[in-house]
Amino acid sequence: MAKCSCAGGVKVVLPCSGSANVGQIANEAAKRLDIEGTAKFFCTAGLGGHVSGMVASVKGADKVLVLDGCPVGCARKCAEEAGISGFERVVVSELGIEKKHEFNIAEADIQKVVAQCRATLSASGAKKGAGCCG
Amino acid sequence: MKKLQVLGTGCPKCKKLAENAEAAAKALGIEYTLEKVTNISDIMKFGVMTTPALAVDGVVTSAGKVPSVDEIKSMMS
Ligand code: SF4
Repeated sequence: MAKCSCAGGVKVVLPCSGSANVGQIANEAAKRLDIEGTAKFFCTAGLGGHVSGMVASVKGADKVLVLDGCPVGCARKCAEEAGISGFERVVVSELGIEKKHEFNIAEADIQKVVAQCRATLSASGAKKGAGCCG
Repeated sequence: MKKLQVLGTGCPKCKKLAENAEAAAKALGIEYTLEKVTNISDIMKFGVMTTPALAVDGVVTSAGKVPSVDEIKSMMS
């Protein structure tokens, strides 16, 4: 659902969603951050595909968190290719979670990544705009 | 002829964006059409996740903010 951003302060999370445990942990963490209202989960593939609406939406966000599974950094490359700069970044495999080509992801690992993303976003602090829709 | 589309459900910021887009087109002396896309499912077909947004000739050039007249002029040229 497109979101009216009149209230400002839009934070975006871009997971790599890759085909490894760490990519799927990134994807699951992004879902949870969206559901709890910490950051909007945007389509990283749309950025990689240069879908203009996606690119413009990410550029218009106040804060962008790139969430990569491993140091290959596919989400970061998608963002950079789309001309996004000034983003924060979390790498799942740098949090003590070993990359494997399997999809059994542990709840504790998801929670660890969500907590790191929350901390990274709150440390950087997004600016708030004035509301207009209410 | 430039095709300008303002994507948003009609809040004050959407209206301001439409005003700025028209002012930019007039300042550049170009012919244009302006369409307000207010239906949420039509907006989402552009891949836009935040509004208000502006599309120039079908390409979204800004989303989630109201660019200035000068910024829109550079998006059109
Ligand atoms: S960053 Fe790593 S886990 Fe994510 S898509 Fe790229 S290679 Fe796969």
